[in-house]
Amino acid sequence: MSSSPPLAITEDLTIYHALEQKQVLLDALATTSELELNLSQVSEMDTAGLQLLILLKKEALRAGKQVRIVAHSQAVSSVIDFCNMAAEFGDPLVIPAHEAS
Amino acid sequence: MDEITSVFIQESREQLAEMESGLLRLEQTPDDMDNINGIFRAAHTIKGGAGVVECGFIVAFTHRVENILDSLRNDELAVTPPLATLLLECCDHMISLIDVLAADAEAPDAALKARGDALTEQLKVFIDSIGQKDAEPADSKMTVHDAAIEVESSGGGIVLTDSWHISVRFGENVLRGGMDPLSFIRYLASLGEILGMETITDAMPAAASMDPESCYIGFEIQLQTRSSKADIERVFDFVRDDCDLRILPPNSKLSEYIKHIQELPEDTMRLGEILVRCGALTQAEVDQGLCNQKVTADTTDADSEAPPPQLGEILVDNKVVHKEIVDAAINKQAQVSDKKAKEARLVRVQADKLDQLIDLVGELVIAGASANLLAQKSKQTDLVEATSVLSRLVENIRDSALQLRMVQIGDTFTRFNRVVRDVSKELGKEIELVISGAETELDKTVVEKIGDPLMHLVRNSLDHGIEPTALRLERGKPACGTVTLNAYHDSGSIVIQISDDGGGLNKEKITAKALERGVIQPGETLTDAEVVNLIFEPGFSTVEKVSNLSGRGVGMDVVRRNIQSLRGAVDVTSVEGEGATFTIRLPLTLAIIDGFLVGVGKAAYVIPLDTVVECIELKNLPSDRNFMNLRGEALPFIRLRELFEVPGECPPRESIVVVQFAGQRAGIVVDQLMGEFQTVIKPLGVMFPHLRGIGGSTILGSGEVALILDVAALVLTVSQNEERKMFPGRNHQPSTALPNN
Repeated sequence: MSSSPPLAITEDLTIYHALEQKQVLLDALATTSELELNLSQVSEMDTAGLQLLILLKKEALRAGKQVRIVAHSQAVSSVIDFCNMAAEFGDPLVIPAHEAS
Repeated sequence: MDEITSVFIQESREQLAEMESGLLRLEQTPDDMDNINGIFRAAHTIKGGAGVVECGFIVAFTHRVENILDSLRNDELAVTPPLATLLLECCDHMISLIDVLAADAEAPDAALKARGDALTEQLKVFIDSIGQKDAEPADSKMTVHDAAIEVESSGGGIVLTDSWHISVRFGENVLRGGMDPLSFIRYLASLGEILGMETITDAMPAAASMDPESCYIGFEIQLQTRSSKADIERVFDFVRDDCDLRILPPNSKLSEYIKHIQELPEDTMRLGEILVRCGALTQAEVDQGLCNQKVTADTTDADSEAPPPQLGEILVDNKVVHKEIVDAAINKQAQVSDKKAKEARLVRVQADKLDQLIDLVGELVIAGASANLLAQKSKQTDLVEATSVLSRLVENIRDSALQLRMVQIGDTFTRFNRVVRDVSKELGKEIELVISGAETELDKTVVEKIGDPLMHLVRNSLDHGIEPTALRLERGKPACGTVTLNAYHDSGSIVIQISDDGGGLNKEKITAKALERGVIQPGETLTDAEVVNLIFEPGFSTVEKVSNLSGRGVGMDVVRRNIQSLRGAVDVTSVEGEGATFTIRLPLTLAIIDGFLVGVGKAAYVIPLDTVVECIELKNLPSDRNFMNLRGEALPFIRLRELFEVPGECPPRESIVVVQFAGQRAGIVVDQLMGEFQTVIKPLGVMFPHLRGIGGSTILGSGEVALILDVAALVLTVSQNEERKMFPGRNHQPSTALPNN
């Protein structure tokens, strides 16, 4: 259904890039009804990054859109897993991450 | 051994001592909640510490003890004498386990392990009995975690009640401050195991107003750890000002969780869910707690005059929590902060550092005296004044330094509570220990060394002194015997008395025994005091039956020797049928004394100042007699010149220094008096162990050596000489007189 290819984030999801990434992510969400994120290149994620993902998810929910994380890096999945947020994100791909950890 | 382990060992020993005294009080006042809480805390702290130093066997055993204490605390179990005895035994066992750790052993040896297993079995019996009792009123007593039931299900392993609930909301500026909340949580996880965690994102605003550099996140965490609340708080130290941290200790009551829910900014129901999800509460508990409050809120709305009751009260009324438990929780917090404050006032210092300080102060005293001497010789008033100020300060420093080594004897005394309890149970006697003068202070080294002799004397009083109950009643005494420990200061020494209201010493038996052992010769006449003091002779015991407490006949002479090695003395007085009193006299400190300097010929001698009563100058002392008339009393005296065979002629005017020891007075005749002098005692070398009448040596300001007189020995020599002259027929010399080893 998705018209655009997954949005690949290559920089770290950290406080240093949070400001610009917020815009990138929200812009991307605005252009499509189903945003797919490829986070396999993200080598580091901190609380700010986590917050961005949560924000994106919330915004999507409010607009009746969907956000899916189609690929995780080890760093991303471990944070999501650690915070027990896997269920919130509801991504099928989190499940293998669970098993891997 | 690393530092943390040695600190743990030391602190655990203190905790165990506290626990023991708590357990002894428990027998007297089984309902004292503060006391039970105190005991529990002690056990809990030890367990926590043992976890930190990774000492598995202590954790395992203490855990079981803690379970029992927990059920005592929760009123699920009543204090009974067998339980108290068992807990005391457990306490002993924990002491042995700590010793094992102190000895750097991997695990307790087989015998100790067997004992531990036996105690565990006994503990299990009590725990099982709770389970049965608890089954009936289960619904009236809803606590968040029921320790007893969980213990059964988990078989002494990890118990869920050990988990803390931590709720934290980070402030907006945390991220900007360069801190990552996740790293705090990860660090928190290193304290123990996170059983459940929920990330709270409710505070996050809509996209437009959301600042990606602000922090909107919070966490609800169930953490299982052996760390203390302070340790958990410390994790968040860096963000303390910028986060909302709430910590619920393990075993928190439902009311506390409800209160917690209501204090947090998020919606009540949602929070309830969160707590359920992270495993802090069950759904039923949340429902009941919230529902109860709602119902009361409704009813009070109708009757608006009554103020709405606090949630805590509602829960108490509904018997969800016991009032005492709520009170206990409050008390506990107060006590914890008290304890912290108390700890903050104390500094632990290595004993050898202290010894070094005392040594230095000793040198300072000598150097000060020398400066003083030179100043006086120089006859410069300014200099004399300056040095006198200096010497006053040195004196103060000396006193404070010595004060550092002073400890109250109370701790040593209270140890005997346990001894008296155990021994009286064993002997089937009813005995009470009365302690007075516990605040009397004396040198730490003396305290350490006096423990064993005291123990022997107390046991002796318990075993031989106090008669069996039947005999006591027959003699018209109260059934409960009394042993009294008393301490006080008396002219520079500390006096410790152990008295009992028992049968006293049997003089005929002692005399007979002494004759049999050849300690005295037939026909010798002894005063009563001398007879009773014969029990300090080697190989003396009047009790025919040897019990395992005392009476092996090796005791009293060892006691006396131990006390004499501390430059002290021991004697006994006894009134037959009314009891006996042992009196130990010890010097306050072993290092520095105030001395009185006297001269004989060219040599200088130091008399400990606190033994000096007065000085008299007398012409024409009688040279044939060794006693004189001092205001109508006979005062025996000794000439130092003769005693030490100092060559030279007596000056025309001689002085007598009147000294007193243990109630006896004697005069010491010297050539001249040289005044007060602070003295550091330097022990005599190994070549002079048999010197009599000399206690040590010191260095004068001029660099000369002065000998310190052993007044105790001199006084006794003098009085004996006098007695021998008066009763020439007697050849026995009580060897209490002089330390001849």
